[in-house]
Parts: sequence; structure tokens; C-alpha cells
Amino acid sequence: MTGLMDFFDELIQPDGSARAGKKQLADWMVTASRDMLKVRQTEAEALFRRIGITFAVYGEGGDPERLIPFDIIPRILLAKEWAFLTRGLEQRVRALNMFLHDVYHDRDIIRAGHVPEHLALRNKAFLPEMQGVSVPGGVYTHIAGIDLVRTGEQDFYVLEDNTRTPSGVSYMLQNREVMMRLFPDLFSHHQVAPVERYPDELLASLQSVAPPSCEDDPTVVVLSPGLYNSAYYEHTFLADKMGVELVEGQDLFVKDNAVYMRTTHGPQRVDVIYRRIDDDFLDPLAFRSDSTLGVPGIMNVYRSGGVTLANAVGGGIADDKAIYMYVPDMIRFYFGEEPILKNVPTYWCARDDDYKYVQDHLDELVVKEVAGSGGYGMLVGPASTREERDAYKERIKANPGEFIAQPTLALSTTPTFVDNGYAPRHVDLRPFVLTGADKIRLVPGGLTRVAMRAGSLVVNSSQGGGTKDTWVLEDEDAPC
Amino acid sequence: MLSRTSASLYWMGRYVERAENLARILEVGYRMSQMPVAKNEGIRNEWASSAVAAACETGLLDKHGEANLNTAISYIALDEDNPSSIHSCLKIARTNARAVRTALTSEMWECLNDTWMEFNGQWLKSLNKHNVLAFLDWVKTRTTLFRGAMSGTMLRDEAFAFINVGGFLERTDNTARILDVKFHVLLPQDQRIGGSIDYYQWATVLRSVSALGSYHWVYRDAIQPWKVAELLILKKEMPRSLVYTLSQVDRLLGDISQTHGQRYDCQRLAGKMFSELDYAKIEDIYQTGLHEYLDAFLARNNALGAEISENFHFYL
Repeated sequence: MTGLMDFFDELIQPDGSARAGKKQLADWMVTASRDMLKVRQTEAEALFRRIGITFAVYGEGGDPERLIPFDIIPRILLAKEWAFLTRGLEQRVRALNMFLHDVYHDRDIIRAGHVPEHLALRNKAFLPEMQGVSVPGGVYTHIAGIDLVRTGEQDFYVLEDNTRTPSGVSYMLQNREVMMRLFPDLFSHHQVAPVERYPDELLASLQSVAPPSCEDDPTVVVLSPGLYNSAYYEHTFLADKMGVELVEGQDLFVKDNAVYMRTTHGPQRVDVIYRRIDDDFLDPLAFRSDSTLGVPGIMNVYRSGGVTLANAVGGGIADDKAIYMYVPDMIRFYFGEEPILKNVPTYWCARDDDYKYVQDHLDELVVKEVAGSGGYGMLVGPASTREERDAYKERIKANPGEFIAQPTLALSTTPTFVDNGYAPRHVDLRPFVLTGADKIRLVPGGLTRVAMRAGSLVVNSSQGGGTKDTWVLEDEDAPC
Repeated sequence: MLSRTSASLYWMGRYVERAENLARILEVGYRMSQMPVAKNEGIRNEWASSAVAAACETGLLDKHGEANLNTAISYIALDEDNPSSIHSCLKIARTNARAVRTALTSEMWECLNDTWMEFNGQWLKSLNKHNVLAFLDWVKTRTTLFRGAMSGTMLRDEAFAFINVGGFLERTDNTARILDVKFHVLLPQDQRIGGSIDYYQWATVLRSVSALGSYHWVYRDAIQPWKVAELLILKKEMPRSLVYTLSQVDRLLGDISQTHGQRYDCQRLAGKMFSELDYAKIEDIYQTGLHEYLDAFLARNNALGAEISENFHFYL
């Protein structure tokens, strides 16, 4: 059971002292009064409401515009840890891009036998429409969110690669804004690497992948499904910070092999679309014909190079949970290097041995649906009841290929402000990796998600997880 | 600017203005209902006339049977089913703002968002006939704050023009409607204009468009109906007169046309309507008949709104 596992706390060592480079925060936490922290916590909540940083959940009753719980105790990463993660993330995202290009072109990796053909080509996320299509700069995963977990001083694992439309970056930026308003003194005593240039980096990255047909400054837009989407706030936030139009499908139309937006003084050509709608809904002529969110005919323009879509269509194949198992092999195959970031050992129930192991060890494993996301439909073995496990066993039996299982990781904890003071809570980290035609860009940090319930290992916001500000310290030799 | 964005800005401007106008209409209704004259014979129920001014008399009577303080608060202030209640206006204004957040300054958005949260969190549950004046004051303060945030923080660009075109067009409509309703109520057909009037009744008409003080400054005279009409139709100094609001619509549409380097039909229409008012005399308007004049004017104002929607592709 989780209670019996040893957890690595990122701030406090088992003897109660602070870890290297983090003493100052730990000391501050001791001196900060509980009442002051309570007041700040309330202020933080009011700020989020006021600015309208909400996560929309429709159709479940209750307030449709919910706040994601925010914890006021920051999570610290040291400069050397971040340098290590940066190398690993760049390597991994480069490999994912190589793989996507490969799978839609020559399929070397499949022919060499490193990724099973049926797993790639018979995958629902594989889109035949993209075969042989050249995308500018060979970039598919313009914005990737790589979910990392930590189990020890040196031990970081990649839990998931999100290569479709990963969200959460606005929380990374707003958490910092709110923290700087609430605790200015903390920032004057820490060398916290700034994150606010993310929108500029994103814009530069998007401009770098303008289609060849674009001769002037590329016109970039953010395409949103609209204000009922759960991440709508983020869409407006990013468009605003980049200084580009936020459009919906109805604002765009296709004419003469180009995409235009309807403006008050006539059509204006669009070159790069940062789209936050899924492949299925992009083009009712190519995919779901009932989609009202998309732009009829946009796929034809895209395929012939008249407009760039970010992320690329069909990129979902790279964040498939079964393909995930082969990412280390991709890195070895394409670069001849060893992966810097480790994968979590994964059992895939389509394999006979794995299937048997999973059925026998369900109480120790976390089982996920290959096509699932957002923490829905997963089973956390150690926290489950016998009835839940038995029911889940039947589901796996019916469709073994649809499930993977991983050992329950001893996710690191970090102190979190709760009702009766500080308590360790499990965290993960989602850094955002930007891939342009010119280079890869990363801002130091990412979104730290925290399981607010004691003992819980599920950090997804749809499952009651919260967030924290993530600090990458620039200078470890600063006095502390 | 995206056509959808301009449409949202325009409607946001209209609904903020409408919320404020409804608050004024209710305030006047409240004042009049407190006066003994309201019970005089020949004068209709003041709450029914408020409902007419708020353009929702039918809806109110269908739902509640009669117009009184409680049903007016319930229907005109609180009812979400009434598309023109203060509740609906604040909600629609905020929804439009949310859809075009990138075109607003954070001060403007936070003002509308706070307003909505305060309404939804507090007033919606607590509003009753005892705190209704405090509520109406609050609505006016919030809309004033919004205009202040806009005036102090927003670029004078196309977005600014569209919000204000919406606001002024709504105000034009409101002033014309209130004048029409009140003249109708206060001067029944068989009574010659300029006949005996009730000072308090006319004072409240002026109050409903925040013009009582202005009247005294402009005329330095007792309140007389034709002067009230002149003030609210033809006085350019008066920020809620038809001539002033149309001059603003005309100017703002001119700004947009200049940005686009093209003339629009809606600008021609606004310019024409403004010029006619600019050169009109109140005697001529009386000759036509005030009710007939205002009726025709409201129809043209509606046509202007439709032309704006058409020219800037509000309906995609």
C-alpha cells in the first residue's frame, strides 16, 4: 500500500533538514505564520476568480467555471536538475518528431523492426491523410507537454508524452504572476528563473514554421473551439500575450487554396494556425462531418502547404500509450544515443507474458487505457478495492490490447499548505517544449500538478488535482 | 479585426448601456410609486409604464398578471427568462466580454467579471423591495466604472469604436423610447400640448435620463413638456439627447470608415439622421406629432442597427 512506500520529499530530507539549495525556503516556511498563509491563500483564490482563470466543466452540474486549487508553497528545481531535464526533453522531443516524420514517410523504424507495424499503422491516431505530406521544417510537435515524475534525487521518469494539444501553460505563467504579487519578499531572496517570455518564444516558434507560400511577416492565429471549452481561458491568454487574433472555426474560410479570416474590412490571409481543437473536428470535409468547430476544406490547403497547423495533424500517434513504450528505442534508432530520461517500465496486455503478469499483480500496478487521458478510466491498484480490481480484470480480458500497466511509482512529494499546516503531497511536472523549424525552445520550469488529497497519486485537474508555482533556481551558490 | 469580435464588442457595449438604462427606469418607477400623484385618476399604473419603457410589458404581464413593485423587481431586474432584464444584460455583457477578452483591457474585463460575480453571488439572492434602491445605485456605479475603465485604459482603436457605437445606439433607443412612453402617459390624446402638467411627473422623466439638473442649467425655467422634449431630442450639450448620441455614432462610424479606407452605408445613414436632427426645430417636430415622430425615429434607429450588422458582417 502507498503508506508503506518510502517517498522522496523534494524539500525536506528524512532527518528533517532542508535539502541542498533549498534551506531558505524551508526556513521561511517555519517563520511564516499560519494566519498569514491562510490570508494569502484566500487572496490567491480571489485573484484567480477575478482574472477569470477558470477551468470550465460543463454538463456535470455545479459551477461550470471552476478554479483549479492553487497551493502557495512553491516547488523548487535546482539549476543542475533543470539542465539535466532540458537535455533529456530536447532529445526526447526530437525523437518524437523524427518518428512522426518517419511513420508518415519511409517508415524506416518499422522496417528495421523497432516499432511493430500494426501498432503504428493500425492505430486510431494514425491518419492516412498525412502520408507523404511535408510539413514546414519537418516539425510535428510544435508544442509538446512531457509529463515527468520523480522518485529520487537522480530519478526522473517520463510518464506521458502529450503531443496533440497539451494545456496548462497559462497556469504556469499565472501561478508565477500570483506568487509574485503575494510574496514579493520571497522572490527578492531567491534567484528564480523567469518564465514570462514563454509567449514570445511560442510566437517565434510558430513564425519559424510559416508555409513556403508566405512571403511577408507570417500571420499567426490561435484557433479555439470557443468559450465552452475547458481550456478557453488559456486560448485567450496565449492569443493576448502573443498579440495575435483568437479565432473560431466560423471566423475562417478557405478560398483559392489559402485560409482567410473574416475581418471587419474583408478577408485576411492566415499563415500559421496554433489550433487547440482536435484532429477529428478540424475539417468536416475530411474528418467528422458533424463538426461545427472546424473549417471546411482546410485539410486540402494544409496538405498542399498553403497553411501550417500546429501541432501537425496526425501527431497523436506519438502520444499513444502503447507507442510510448518504444520511445527509448526511437532515440537509440535515430540518434544512436542512450535515452537521457527514463521511461516507466510498462506492461502491455496485448503481450501474453505481460497480460499474465498484470492479471496476477493488479493490486501493485497502475492500469491505464491506451487511448485514455486526463486520468479518466484508470485503476490505481494499491488504492483499489477487490471489487474494483475484479471488474477491471474483466475489462482487460475483453480487450487486452487496450490496456497498459505500470508499477505504482513512489512519486516525490513536496510540502503543501493544507488546513492544519504543511503536509507532503505528491507532484508531477509538465514542462512545455517548443519545436520550431530553427531550434527547440524551453522556458525554465513547467506546470507542477499536485494531488491535493493525502496519499493520492492522481494529479489530474479533472480528478481534483491542484497546481503550484515551479521555481527553477538560477544560482545554486547563492547564500542560503 | 474579426467580424465576430466586432459583433461581440458592439453587443457588449449595448448590454452594459441597457443594464444602466433599466436601472434608471426602475428607479423612476420606484420614485413615482412613492408619490401621491401616482394614484390620481387618468394616470396609468407607473410600474406598467416602466415595463413599457423597458420594452417588456407583455412579458411581465403574461408572467405575473399585474405590474407592481415586486413583479417589476422580479421581472425587470432578476428574471433570467426576460432577455432584457438587468440579470440578462449583465450576463450577456460578460459572456460577450469573455468571448473577446483579448480585445479588452484587463481593467475592463475584471470590471465586468466582478460585476457579474457580485450580482450572481449576492444580489441575485438578496435583492428585495427594501434594498432595491441600493441595488439600482450599485448597477449605475458598476456601469460607470466600466466606462471609466474603458476611457482610461483602452486604445482608441476599432475595438473602442465598436463598443461605443453599441453603447450610443442603445442610449439613443432608450431616450427615444422613454420620451415616447412618458409623453403618451402624461399627455393623453385629448389634451393639448402645453396644457396643465404635473411638475413631479416631468421631473421624474428627466431624472430617468439623468437630466433634471441639466434642465435647470439649460432653461432656468419651470419644467415644461416641449422644453423637456427639446432637451432630450435636440440639445447637443445633453449627453443622452438623440442629437448628441447620434453625433457620436456618426463620428465613431466615421473613424472606422477612415481606418478601413472605405465608406459604409451605415455611416451614410447615421450622418443623415444626425444632420436632420442637427437642423431640426422642436416646433416642426410637434407639427408632425411627437408620437409619430418618435415612432418613425425608433424605426430608423433600428434600421441603422441592422445596417451596421450588415456592413461589418456581424451575422456570419
